Amino acid sequence: MTAGVPARHPGRARVALPWTVRLERRLEVPRWLPAATTAGAVVVALVVSGVVLAIAGGDPIAAFVHMLRASFGSPGVISDTLVKATPLILTGLACAVAFRMRLWNIGAEGQFLMGAWGASAVVLIPIVPAGTPAIITIPLMMAAGMLVGGAYGAIPGILKAFRGVNEIIVTLMLNYVAALWVAYWVFGPWSEGGFQLTPQFPKEAWLPRLSDLAASIPTFSGLTIHFGLVIALVAAVLVRFLLVRSRRGYEIRLIGDSPRAARYAGVNVARNIVIVFALSGALAGLAGMTEVTGVVHRLQQAISPGYGFTAIIVAYIAKLNPYGVVVAAIAFGAIILAGREIQPSGIPAMIQGIVLFSLIASEVVLRYRIRVERRAA
Amino acid sequence: MDPTIILAAGVASGTVLLFASVGEIFAERAGVINLGVEGMMLIGAVVGFGTAVASGNPWLGLALGTLAGGLLSVLHAIVTISFRAEQVVSGLALTFLGTGLARVLGEDLSKAGAISLLPKASVPVLSSVPVIGPIFFTEQSVLVYVGFIVVPIAWYWISRTRPGLHLRAVGENPAAADALGVDVSRLRYTYVVVGGLFAGLAGSTITLAISPGWFGDLTTSGQGWIAVALVIFAQWSPLRAAFGAFAFAAIRRMLLDIQGPQDLFGVPNPFFHDHTLTFFLQMFPYILVIVVLVAVSGEALRKRIGAPAALGIPYVRGERGH
Repeated sequence: MTAGVPARHPGRARVALPWTVRLERRLEVPRWLPAATTAGAVVVALVVSGVVLAIAGGDPIAAFVHMLRASFGSPGVISDTLVKATPLILTGLACAVAFRMRLWNIGAEGQFLMGAWGASAVVLIPIVPAGTPAIITIPLMMAAGMLVGGAYGAIPGILKAFRGVNEIIVTLMLNYVAALWVAYWVFGPWSEGGFQLTPQFPKEAWLPRLSDLAASIPTFSGLTIHFGLVIALVAAVLVRFLLVRSRRGYEIRLIGDSPRAARYAGVNVARNIVIVFALSGALAGLAGMTEVTGVVHRLQQAISPGYGFTAIIVAYIAKLNPYGVVVAAIAFGAIILAGREIQPSGIPAMIQGIVLFSLIASEVVLRYRIRVERRAA
Repeated sequence: MDPTIILAAGVASGTVLLFASVGEIFAERAGVINLGVEGMMLIGAVVGFGTAVASGNPWLGLALGTLAGGLLSVLHAIVTISFRAEQVVSGLALTFLGTGLARVLGEDLSKAGAISLLPKASVPVLSSVPVIGPIFFTEQSVLVYVGFIVVPIAWYWISRTRPGLHLRAVGENPAAADALGVDVSRLRYTYVVVGGLFAGLAGSTITLAISPGWFGDLTTSGQGWIAVALVIFAQWSPLRAAFGAFAFAAIRRMLLDIQGPQDLFGVPNPFFHDHTLTFFLQMFPYILVIVVLVAVSGEALRKRIGAPAALGIPYVRGERGH
């Protein structure tokens, strides 16, 4: 025994509580528990956010009611909420796929921007001649968005797989690079008359909106939901199939649960890292494409209020389940939409942080049985 | 484009990165990654600045800003150490929370006028040493000198003292440390909070000394993340972190100064004549971080050095980490 190493609990008087808390690892998780935990965590988060709002001098009840009304109060705002949810579904799927393999892709924001840039390039360089019909232009833009986003996502994947470089830092740094890259094109080569935005895309590069059908179905007038929502929902189904039913999905889940076991089973871990990162980037890039073609119809700097970052919470709250991502994305779409009217502007980000904290803290209940025991006298 | 000015400015603004990365080194040496540095820095920056505006006393601002960073880190400690949650996600949550909270607190601060800043000083004798004097010891903020002192102390504490030995043990092999009677949880709590205090100090250093004022998220503009990257570059050594912080900040300053002159090395300066090209200049530091990490990863593989072995793994007595 090394001299001088203190004995356990050296002379220091410990605070003696009448009970101790012990955590026992759960062997089985009851089926109802994960959903209940998530619901409980969200409630706790809302209560805490309310308290913080009250301390900051606001009226939390009024704020929440206002937020609900501003996001679900009428068909028009529900439609706007779904428009905000569309990129969140795709970026949320991007994060869910990567996180399932315990790859921390924090770069969905940058991949989103690069996807938007790639899609814009199709009509702004232009790659297709003016007047090309939408049936060709739109799929090309989708492909370009996914390709550029996917390639951008593959960079951290390759560095991680072959050099062991920390993917969190690389993806974060690439977010800044992507923002500056878009800024260059928006200020420089694609600038319209020196303004910080590109010319509007030709109509053939616009995703159809529900309001386009207003001539035949009057109730649809003014509804902003665009075809991107369909793309996002199809993507959710495909990602679900990939993760749950395919061989690739099995490998991804295996690596996520135990890289060592996967290696023994003959799974090529490095290859899967690159593939998953590229796929993740492609999904985020697709989100960028739907945003420029469905909402803004041009490339500009402020096309994302942090979709790529909110996506992290969306994926996490959904427990990485693709269908859960859809539900969570709608909820956070509502927060983003309503949050624009809430002052100060930091409140939505703060609520997001509190929700995420509350969620991860709640998981202790899933992994451990918490026993409170009376301390023997 | 005066090298002395660039290097002196690098030392000044590098002090911010230095504080943040030394703090993160303490937390990570104890086995806890805290990706919330950016959030804690923003809170430190806004609380420090806000206090100085309200009280007129920058020292009080510095103290409260530092404390605010520490306070925020307690959340991360509870969630990751007691609740054993995923450290990566908790750190991200901390950044969200810190950023949002800082925006809320700083709502009216961007309009605040000039405040009295922490004093600057030159060190007698040392400032007259050629080359080194003008770079390190002339008209620098007092916090820069605090940084000069913090680095060797942190290094000595970690690698030469008994508490430092316990710190490293908890980060490398918590089960062994526990068996020898070291209180793993308590040490991890302590050093996560130490990291938070340093991040808060780094934030206050920005708003009270280096580039005063509150500009929302742009106040830190990603320096918290760069600090996390610096820790990897520094191989968890405060000395290397200090070098990296100063060098990185000097490069950033140089990129700013490149845009100034009409001619560069006898040819027309492209960045002066076409302003849109400066976006590529601004990308450079971020790309540099990636390039350096790739280079360091090669070195780490060769020398078989790396992160503390238990980094990111919650410790549960009697359970093997995954």
